[in-house]
Amino acid sequence: MEMPAPDPTVLARKDALIARFKEVLPKDAVISDPVETRAYECDALTAYKCPPLAVVLPSSTQEVAAALRICHEMQVPVVPRGAGTSLAGGALPSGDSVILGVARLTEVLETDFDNRFVRVQAGRTNLSVTQAVEEEGFFYAPDPSSQLACAIAGNIAMNSGGAHCLKYGVTTNNLLGVTMVLMDGTVIELGGPHLDAEGLDLLGLVCGSEGQLGVVTEATLRILHKPEGARPVLIGFDSNEVAGQCVSDIIKAGILPVAIEFMDRPCIRATEAFAGAGYPDCEALLIVEVEGSDAEIDAQLETISRIAQQHDPVELRQSASEEESARIWLGRKSAFGAMGQINDYMCLDGTIPVSQLPFVLRRIGEMSADYGLEVANVFHAGDGNMHPLILFNANTPGELERCEALGADILKLCVEAGGCLTGEHGVGVEKRDLMSDQYAPADLEIQMAVKDVFDPAWLLNPAKVFPLDISRAHRDRAA
Amino acid sequence: MLTPSTEDDLARMVAGAEGPLRILGGGTRPVGAVVNGTPLSTRGLAGVELYEPGALTLVAKAGTPLADVETALAAEGQRLAFEPMDHRGLLGTQGTPTIGGVVAANISGPRRIQVGAARDFLLGVRFVDGRGQVIRNGGRVMKNVTGYDLVKLMAGSHGTLGVLTEVALKVLPDAQAAATLRCRGLDDAQAVQALCRALASPYEVSGAAHLQKGAGDRPETLIRLEGFPDSVAYRAEALQKALGGVGVFEVETDPDATRAAWDGVRDVGPFHGRGGDVWRLSVKPTDAPGLVARLDGVEALYDWGGGLVWLLAPEDRGPAIRQAVSDTGGHATQVRGGGAGAFQPLAPAVAALQDALRHKFDPRGILNPGRMGRAA
Ligand SMILES: Cc1cc2nc3c(=O)[nH]c(=O)nc-3n(C[C@H](O)[C@H](O)[C@H](O)COP(=O)(O)OP(=O)(O)OC[C@H]3O[C@@H](n4cnc5c(N)ncnc54)[C@H](O)[C@@H]3O)c2cc1C
Repeated sequence: MEMPAPDPTVLARKDALIARFKEVLPKDAVISDPVETRAYECDALTAYKCPPLAVVLPSSTQEVAAALRICHEMQVPVVPRGAGTSLAGGALPSGDSVILGVARLTEVLETDFDNRFVRVQAGRTNLSVTQAVEEEGFFYAPDPSSQLACAIAGNIAMNSGGAHCLKYGVTTNNLLGVTMVLMDGTVIELGGPHLDAEGLDLLGLVCGSEGQLGVVTEATLRILHKPEGARPVLIGFDSNEVAGQCVSDIIKAGILPVAIEFMDRPCIRATEAFAGAGYPDCEALLIVEVEGSDAEIDAQLETISRIAQQHDPVELRQSASEEESARIWLGRKSAFGAMGQINDYMCLDGTIPVSQLPFVLRRIGEMSADYGLEVANVFHAGDGNMHPLILFNANTPGELERCEALGADILKLCVEAGGCLTGEHGVGVEKRDLMSDQYAPADLEIQMAVKDVFDPAWLLNPAKVFPLDISRAHRDRAA
Repeated sequence: MLTPSTEDDLARMVAGAEGPLRILGGGTRPVGAVVNGTPLSTRGLAGVELYEPGALTLVAKAGTPLADVETALAAEGQRLAFEPMDHRGLLGTQGTPTIGGVVAANISGPRRIQVGAARDFLLGVRFVDGRGQVIRNGGRVMKNVTGYDLVKLMAGSHGTLGVLTEVALKVLPDAQAAATLRCRGLDDAQAVQALCRALASPYEVSGAAHLQKGAGDRPETLIRLEGFPDSVAYRAEALQKALGGVGVFEVETDPDATRAAWDGVRDVGPFHGRGGDVWRLSVKPTDAPGLVARLDGVEALYDWGGGLVWLLAPEDRGPAIRQAVSDTGGHATQVRGGGAGAFQPLAPAVAALQDALRHKFDPRGILNPGRMGRAA
């Protein structure tokens, strides 16, 4: 992975830049000491690291605007940052960039249960949004597994999903409005507690734009009342094909589960060894969760079990209590931890049409054998969002490179099967150079034209999302 | 009238156009300025191209009649969950609504409050931009964050950014049963209070409306529940209890009556065939009754728990409506009688971004110029 060489003229202006920041921000909000900036050298894609020129941590929309105005005047690149949990390198700095962190913007500004929304500052963590409304029985639906740490700002930038998005949608479906600062310091408001856009849907455009169009400082989020309850059923099969068919039959029967999770044999074995959840040793395992009152849950689980029976499951375990539910989820929830225990791993995130599941799993198996690297699959089967985990040993020379090559091949397979490179983690730097495999030149050109509109000088997170050779003309024209 | 029969045809026509084009789906929703230009119809681009019920996805060419899409889905017990309204009765238009028109105008119905708008179900698009280039964005899978989400941008752009040629949609299972809770005689404020309470319950309300003039010209407040029969019965009873303090809600379970009631809300039935301007307001639900009370001589139909307000208003009420919405927040569109000023005026910085985007997608300004205001 390549990054553009740092601009020496920017590096030369560092002292002047820091002095200007200190005129508009509190002292402790400006970090320029190389020892301290190191804390911001990467996000959760730790294979790539580079300390930024400086870090600013504003505490208000006005301070964000002031910092951006300075960077705009001095033509210094800016990388917005939430909690730094991106798996795609979205928050990876370049040596000539300023990290603009929103971690100090954590206030709840308004809760309104009649109108079912909460307005928060964008640095607030995902889980603490739900915590702010749960006493009244409400929750914020998108729940990435990183929800304890990740910020709403990062969720919006990546359009993050979660375990329950089959029923509740991803971030963009639950985002009502934002306050956003453009690169030149202009503050704009998009949306609000009312529904749908006036004029063009800029809110929909901003969500998922990976910190390249503006810095989000506040968000209005839809909240929902919690369901009365939720319980899963665990179903084991002897073949991936049959498990895939079962998923399709459940959906066709008119049931919309809140989650359908899928694990394959390598994943089942690894998590069993780690967590001992009592999973059957089989080819494919489904966990299907439904919501409602006790009686409603029982009725839905009965229907699902009846459908599953037609596919000769090797195991079928319907949860009847909270303890049983916890046991069923235990293995799934420790899947990543289990992998981390035995190996280094790389987590992919391509999406495929659900109907292609058996084909794609078979091909991944063949590729895994060709590369001599094991791949375990755990994913959201209802929506086709795969999470193949490639296991490798970072200490073996060449193995990371081999793992990356296999990862790229698997993602291309997802595209060929009618899917896409990333379902929820974002492009960042990780999938940047594969974008041309999914999109034709004109498709990418018009996306870059959108960036030209919001950030004509290409200062915001400029080296992400678009392959460097393709974005060069835009970046050079801007410079 | 230009009627391309393939995407390539269409691309050539747009590239070769020498003046403005007026883009038409079925032509049933003429909201906004009348565009002076050569009509270009997507009618020739029709057909469902892919439908996988087990994957909840359908791909259709933009000119496919909406009815064809709905028939294909119904055969598999599925539906467009966002429940697109039919504008013909309200606007007195004729023609055949197309799926591309639904998407281009981001048309939703009562269930929007529960499941989202048309834009939330749009997985991918193909379109021809103002240069005549074919562009693809999104795809046919349910989760996709690969690059910028131009899919959302195209939904509701009213043909001002590109001519849609193909749309991919997420579909959902039809409900096995439905019920309507109905209360008569509430005033607007009481009704919106009841609707908010119902929507803030765990019972997954899929419709929440209040008609100032329902059956017999009496106020009527409606709440819809959908799902499995036992579940609908259980939830109806639970809601009846929860709303007991506000009024007496009767439960209607006859499928035909329930469908008729909600089609009436969706298509704003009470305003059909009556004179006057029609406005569509999107506001914070609890602001709605007070806002309506400020306006003389208007009749209101509230959907989305109060968040969507349809107004039938005398022709001189425009400035008062704009003022009231600007004071409370939200936006207003004059759906009938609006012309060039139909859409909500935008904040200057936002308007500048939108103009600049249109200029990128359509540098010559030939696609429905000025339709949404401010000819580019
Ligand atoms: C263990 C683990 C599990 C995960 N599980 C999931 C999951 O289930 N689902 C899922 O979708 N993701 C998941 N992720 C990925 C990650 O948590 C999400 O992408 C998350 O939304 C990133 O949020 P963040 O605050 O950490 O953002 P960061 O990593 O700080 O930044 C992410 C992107 O957002 C931009 N950005 C940050 N702040 C702003 C701002 N204020 N304005 C504009 N742009 C901004 C950055 O420039 C960057 O491009 C997981 C990650 C980990 C480590």
